[in-house]
Amino acid sequence: MRPDNTQPLVETTWATAIEVAAAVTSGKLSAVNVIDHALARIFDLNPKLNAFTAVTAERAKARANQIDASRDKTSLPLAGVPFAVKNLFDIKGLPTIAGSKINRVRAPAKQDSPLIARLEAAGAVLVGALNMGEYAYDFTGENVHDGPSRNPYDPSRMTGGSSGGSGGAVAGGLVPLALGSDTNGSIRVPSSLCGIFGLKPTYGRLSRARTFPFVASLDHLGPMARSVPDLAASYDAMQGPDPDDPACAQRASEPTVSQLEHGSSGLRIAIAGDYFLKGAFADALAALQSVAKALNAREEVDIPEVHRARSAAYVITATEGAALHLDRLRRQACDFDPAVRDRLIAGALVPATLVAKAQLFRRWYRDRVLEIFNRWDALIAPATPCTAPKIGQQTILLDGTEVPLRPNLGVYTQPISFIGLPVVAVPVPLKPLPIGVQIIAAPWREDVALRIAYALEQMGTVAARRPSV
Amino acid sequence: MSDKALEKFAETAAVALGLPLEPEWKAAVVANLDVTFRHAENVAAFRLSDEAEPAPVFKA
Repeated sequence: MRPDNTQPLVETTWATAIEVAAAVTSGKLSAVNVIDHALARIFDLNPKLNAFTAVTAERAKARANQIDASRDKTSLPLAGVPFAVKNLFDIKGLPTIAGSKINRVRAPAKQDSPLIARLEAAGAVLVGALNMGEYAYDFTGENVHDGPSRNPYDPSRMTGGSSGGSGGAVAGGLVPLALGSDTNGSIRVPSSLCGIFGLKPTYGRLSRARTFPFVASLDHLGPMARSVPDLAASYDAMQGPDPDDPACAQRASEPTVSQLEHGSSGLRIAIAGDYFLKGAFADALAALQSVAKALNAREEVDIPEVHRARSAAYVITATEGAALHLDRLRRQACDFDPAVRDRLIAGALVPATLVAKAQLFRRWYRDRVLEIFNRWDALIAPATPCTAPKIGQQTILLDGTEVPLRPNLGVYTQPISFIGLPVVAVPVPLKPLPIGVQIIAAPWREDVALRIAYALEQMGTVAARRPSV
Repeated sequence: MSDKALEKFAETAAVALGLPLEPEWKAAVVANLDVTFRHAENVAAFRLSDEAEPAPVFKA
């Protein structure tokens, strides 16, 4: 039900999380006011964008009241900030559906995922769960069970996926902050197509505990927002070890908000060449050139064997994903999205010898790419080959060859997450549709990628432009 | 692998794994398997030393 308007609603639709928190902390706004406004906007726009699959209104109002009653709001860097999470995160009291029909009969989660708990400990307020491609095996944002996530710039177009609802909710001004997951590009692809910022941290940086997995070797979680300081503030609030995720590094928090002002000067930035410049549409190359020019990045660096890295990521994804779902494929194959089912069954049939080869190659490739980071602090590359395609589009023309769209939207993201490098996707506000560029840093140097992204934001080269939704 | 051999492989491996392979899905599954094998061969064609270690390292 739409919240009633007993209080005047404030205009926080396009405010950043930092601006909302500052207003709540100073008393200019109440958290209840902010949350009422967010819930009303979700109620009004979700039928058009299909970003939310569950709205946690009562919980959000209760949490907002707690924040308003808090004696020391200054200790809450995200005081009153509404946020939502891809529906593969555990939310206490809800089944974790992970975009599937099958998971709807799961018992309600007994506990929130630790990233939700950490954001709420910083004052943020969970307002709901977001649409996604089934079991995260998707780059489009389409979902046969819940309907497609729709792009706020043009609802007839894809958000990208698999964190499609996260992209649509942030770009549409329903929330300033959302969480997504990224196995092969599922934060960076929707960030690119929806024209927002997304951070895929280093593999092992943020806890994945109490989220529904996809590919344990490659799964990452991270924030999506409309400004770099919002990414940094939410990322800082979520950092830190967690014994409940065996892949989460025993690494102390390394705050980034205080690093942003250092900017990009002194950083050595190159353009990822060869593979990353092939097949990209004119928009993707124009966006890359715009970012390169602003950063004075002139030299191209060729990452060796990138095409094999993508192939190895493809094989590991298909087979580990299939292993995760093997029993469900045996018992209830008809309940899957057919496109996901067919890929997973194929993955189940691949001999283990070929998977072992892919994991051997992965270490070789990692070592070569780390050598590049001895000379460079960051690389830039397109995030997607094209702007948002129409919903339902099946193929794309890459380098003169017509190929299936669904796996190929991630052609530039997949070889990067394959070795867990941190990336900030930044939106270049081209018209009529935005497109993203990846800022890629060495492992554990999220600060470098965020500093460069912030410098670009300050220069006006990248920005989340408000759509007329 | 020829199309027919790949289809035969998919049918046999699906039986071995206890996986359903309904006639109306088979073409799509085989097409996906073909793409995955091509990627796997692309990786396998890269020579690594016998001493190469895989990326995941178990620590007791």
